[in-house]
Amino acid sequence: MSEYALTDERELHATWKPATGLLGWLSETGHKPIGLRYIVTAMCFFGAAGLEAALMRLQLSRPNNTLLGPDTYNQLFTMHGTTMMFLFAVPVMEGMAIYLVPLMVGTRNVAFPRLNAYGYFVYLFGGIFIYTMFALGAGADAGWFAYVPLSGPGFSPGKRVDTWSQMITFTELSALVVAIEITVTAFKQRAPGMSLNRIPLFVWSMIVTSFMILFAMPSVMLGSGFLALDRLVATHFFNQSEGGDTILYQHLFWFFGHPEVYIIFIPALGFISMILSAFTGRKVFGYPVMVSSLVFTGFMAFGLWVHHMFATGLPQLGESFFTAASIVISIPTGVQIFCWIATLWTGRLVIRTPLLYVLGFFIVFIIGGLSGVMIASVPLDLQLHDTFFIVAHLHYVLIGGAVFPLFGAFHFWFPKWTGRMFSERMGRLSFWLLLIGFNVTFFPMHLLGLMGMPRRVYTYGAQMGWTALNQLASAGAVFIVASIVIMLTNFFVSRRSGEPAGNNPWNADSLEWSTASPPPPYNFLHIPVVSGANALWDAAPDQPFVTGMRTHRREVLVTKTLDAEPDHREEIPGATIVPFFLALTTTVALWGAIFFAWWFTVGTLLSVIVLLFWFWPKREDVEEHLENERKFTLERGGEVPT
Amino acid sequence: MTGIQSALDPAGVQAAQIHNLWHLFLWVCAAVYVVTVAFFLLALIKGRRRVEPVVDAASERRMTIAVGTGAGVTIVALLGLLTASVATGHAIGTFGNAKLEIQVTGHQWWWEVTYPHAEADKIIRTANEIHIPTGTPILVRVATRDVIHSLWMPNLHGKRDLIPGRVNKFWIEADRPGVFRGQCAEYCGMQHANMALVVVAESPADFDRWEQHQRTPAPDPKTAEQLRGRQAFLSLPCVNCHAITGTDAYATLGPDLTHLATRTTLAAGTLINNKGNLSGWILNAPAIKPGNQMPANVLDAQQLNDVVAYLESLR
Amino acid sequence: MSRKLLLLSAICYLLSCGREQRDLTPPISAYARVVKASPNNPYEGNAYALSQGQKLFEQYNCSGCHFHGGGGIGPALMDDEWIYGSTPAKVYASIAEGRPNGMPSFGGRIPADQVWKLVVYVRSLSNLEPPAAISPRSDEMEAKR
Repeated sequence: MSEYALTDERELHATWKPATGLLGWLSETGHKPIGLRYIVTAMCFFGAAGLEAALMRLQLSRPNNTLLGPDTYNQLFTMHGTTMMFLFAVPVMEGMAIYLVPLMVGTRNVAFPRLNAYGYFVYLFGGIFIYTMFALGAGADAGWFAYVPLSGPGFSPGKRVDTWSQMITFTELSALVVAIEITVTAFKQRAPGMSLNRIPLFVWSMIVTSFMILFAMPSVMLGSGFLALDRLVATHFFNQSEGGDTILYQHLFWFFGHPEVYIIFIPALGFISMILSAFTGRKVFGYPVMVSSLVFTGFMAFGLWVHHMFATGLPQLGESFFTAASIVISIPTGVQIFCWIATLWTGRLVIRTPLLYVLGFFIVFIIGGLSGVMIASVPLDLQLHDTFFIVAHLHYVLIGGAVFPLFGAFHFWFPKWTGRMFSERMGRLSFWLLLIGFNVTFFPMHLLGLMGMPRRVYTYGAQMGWTALNQLASAGAVFIVASIVIMLTNFFVSRRSGEPAGNNPWNADSLEWSTASPPPPYNFLHIPVVSGANALWDAAPDQPFVTGMRTHRREVLVTKTLDAEPDHREEIPGATIVPFFLALTTTVALWGAIFFAWWFTVGTLLSVIVLLFWFWPKREDVEEHLENERKFTLERGGEVPT
Repeated sequence: MTGIQSALDPAGVQAAQIHNLWHLFLWVCAAVYVVTVAFFLLALIKGRRRVEPVVDAASERRMTIAVGTGAGVTIVALLGLLTASVATGHAIGTFGNAKLEIQVTGHQWWWEVTYPHAEADKIIRTANEIHIPTGTPILVRVATRDVIHSLWMPNLHGKRDLIPGRVNKFWIEADRPGVFRGQCAEYCGMQHANMALVVVAESPADFDRWEQHQRTPAPDPKTAEQLRGRQAFLSLPCVNCHAITGTDAYATLGPDLTHLATRTTLAAGTLINNKGNLSGWILNAPAIKPGNQMPANVLDAQQLNDVVAYLESLR
Repeated sequence: MSRKLLLLSAICYLLSCGREQRDLTPPISAYARVVKASPNNPYEGNAYALSQGQKLFEQYNCSGCHFHGGGGIGPALMDDEWIYGSTPAKVYASIAEGRPNGMPSFGGRIPADQVWKLVVYVRSLSNLEPPAAISPRSDEMEAKR
């Protein structure tokens, strides 16, 4: 026994427990509550966007339908795409990462807890911003991509597009913040012994995603920023006749837009690996290949963007490079799929709802990937671009590739989040309804596109022959809605009355399953030590853990990047309301700026004042800090108490 | 899958080449899907039968070979598809001398069509309908007066965007006669859904006749009704926007109406060109295409009757 | 809870910005004549009408005399000097009736709703309209090569 006693659980709990009440909620900096907030908020936006889609399907279920006029319909499809891409898909993946990554790497919180809180509030305020403007009749209506000159000052009057472009600023700020935290947490706060080649595949996927966010978001920041400047202060970035360039907008947008879909997709690849591993009882086959595929995909994703612009008349030779790149990027994903099949082949399968959703991925996503290979070809794309074929493709890859794994992940980690098991029967029902409903809705759209139906049309003529397929697609949407409702009901009901889950109901391998369900605010009583590729399966009965960290301060262990050797202890901030205020001043700057540019200055000045509070140095016992910074021990103990 | 606006029913050289490429991609991708899903389902069956996961070195080696083979086959298949794609792209993109040139200018929400000619009085100006001779390579130049549009005639070729400040071009060649439909394929605002055009592919002899006729000025009114109609046209707001060659109407804000009665549709393919639709369109265009630039007009019954009679005489 | 939500949504709906509404099917009106009955512009502060007015200003060749507000053959419209008054009704009358020294009368030539759109645009050139409804530039100078 060392001179430090085994950790006093009560004091640790007192140090880490969240504050209560409204003030407590606003001051929260713990990663688990913030992660859950991201997920719940994103699911609310998912519901809103789903409603928008349901209305669109209703309108398109009959030719020459008069349910919705063109203005409403245009706002609906814009808001649907915008909400799904910016307010649901990326934030929900971020939320999962914020919750899971610190647990999976064996630390107590993300690297920058206040930044984490700030990121959430900025995201929330951005979503509230665009939906408030939507309710006030200023819903964005130029498409989720808002091409100029349609979205420019000459053809989109009012504040609709300004709202859209400013919402992007909110969400990309939030995404950048999360990317920074996750990267630093994953590289510097891993449990001792978790060298790079022992990192769980979900953490790897989030590392790749975070780097992609760092490089992609600035491009859309520029594109939407230039658009906002053109609209607000009469710049000519995209004004062809004054020396600007219409196509520049498309390049800036799609340089972000293509990596964006991989930012959504790659975390889902991480989910699949974690879930497959748990339900086959083995580590995913081909770990080095899996990691390389993730990294390669992340890099390649930046070389594809022109495939969204094949119809714009760019030179053929250049377009061919992007065809090649778009085809090549399917290779690493294909290899991952083969590795997963190998995992299934050699594993011992236990069929439960999370695995069902992951199996659904295989059935659905591969179709999307293959239709993607088709439209990577320039001649084919010239026929299929901007038709319902693309709508079909994008939903197959996004729903098949991201939403199916995401819902699987919800079911998989639900016991960990809530401490209770969900209803397996409802889970299976919701899965089958989604699989069937999704295919009935979106498969006919491949055909509609080939038969000439363009996108973003609020109606079509009866003589076009598109009626039957549209009706089929609209009918399938009912199943999708039913599936979501059943899944959410399952979660709401099981939260209260499900069977208690225990630490590790799936007998899965990563570190979050070693602690209680739901995890205590400090995650682990002792920071764990990892001695093999499988953190839990390879753990000895007397697996070592870290002791000697202070329990009266919030401390995390910082380890070296390559081999996770312990380096030093770092104190991280506790609950504080400053991030909330900074998010408020940021909102003042951004929301006001669309009406009057000087609000931006006012908001920035206010933000600077708040930042003074943020960075004000705390009176601290420097002696105590320096003395203890490098004191910690690895104890070989008995059963690790939870 | 035949249709007047269908990529699966090619009526032109380029569309046929794309259609062939489509078949290649479809069958290869379908085969890949079937094989992958077959292995996937087999894996499920095997996995369900196991009592313990198999992770020994020999099994891992076998899996490595399998995954490697799968990757290799995938790469080869994809390379094949890539080659076919580039070859087709080259084939549809290059052409010899075009015998005919058509200029299409996009507006919100109609298509301005011009057949240029060196002599000014042989230039044809029409709207929302193009005629082409079969078996002839044709150069189509596209531009726009406002936002980005996209000209798409699926039976003949893929689409090309109309981008402000640029003139894009592509070649088409119809290989059989027929009437086809094209539609705007880039979201361009309120009435993007109702911006279509009619494409008539006809024999070169028929096309020559059409071309000759389109070059003539508008026919003079024959009846008193038509005469009153032309008077009304020239004194009503119609002249603010529309041109009729051979009269004092020469504005270019809206479609050229010189040979309106030879066109099969109105309002960019939204309405069949007949008396009832024409009357309704003149009286209240925004009710049919909300947000449209053409305003509603106030005419009494007599005026409407006369104007419609005149316009219907513009063969 | 749900009643509060209902109240909130009702407030939101009522506050629906006049600026953002888009009148896509204007009422069929007689051609613009001198207005006596309606001194108020139905499109006052409306961004869509303003942008339509901007387009009509070009299409009806107002810019031929007034250029883009700077004036030339006709008086400048961007300044504070209004020879015949700057209220919506007076500007309407200028357009519909015409004015001495060369301003043609558009009454009888274009529908009333188009005149109102021009009115709101012309007033915006002198910043008499809410700034949030005005777009600082147009793309209308885009040339076709």
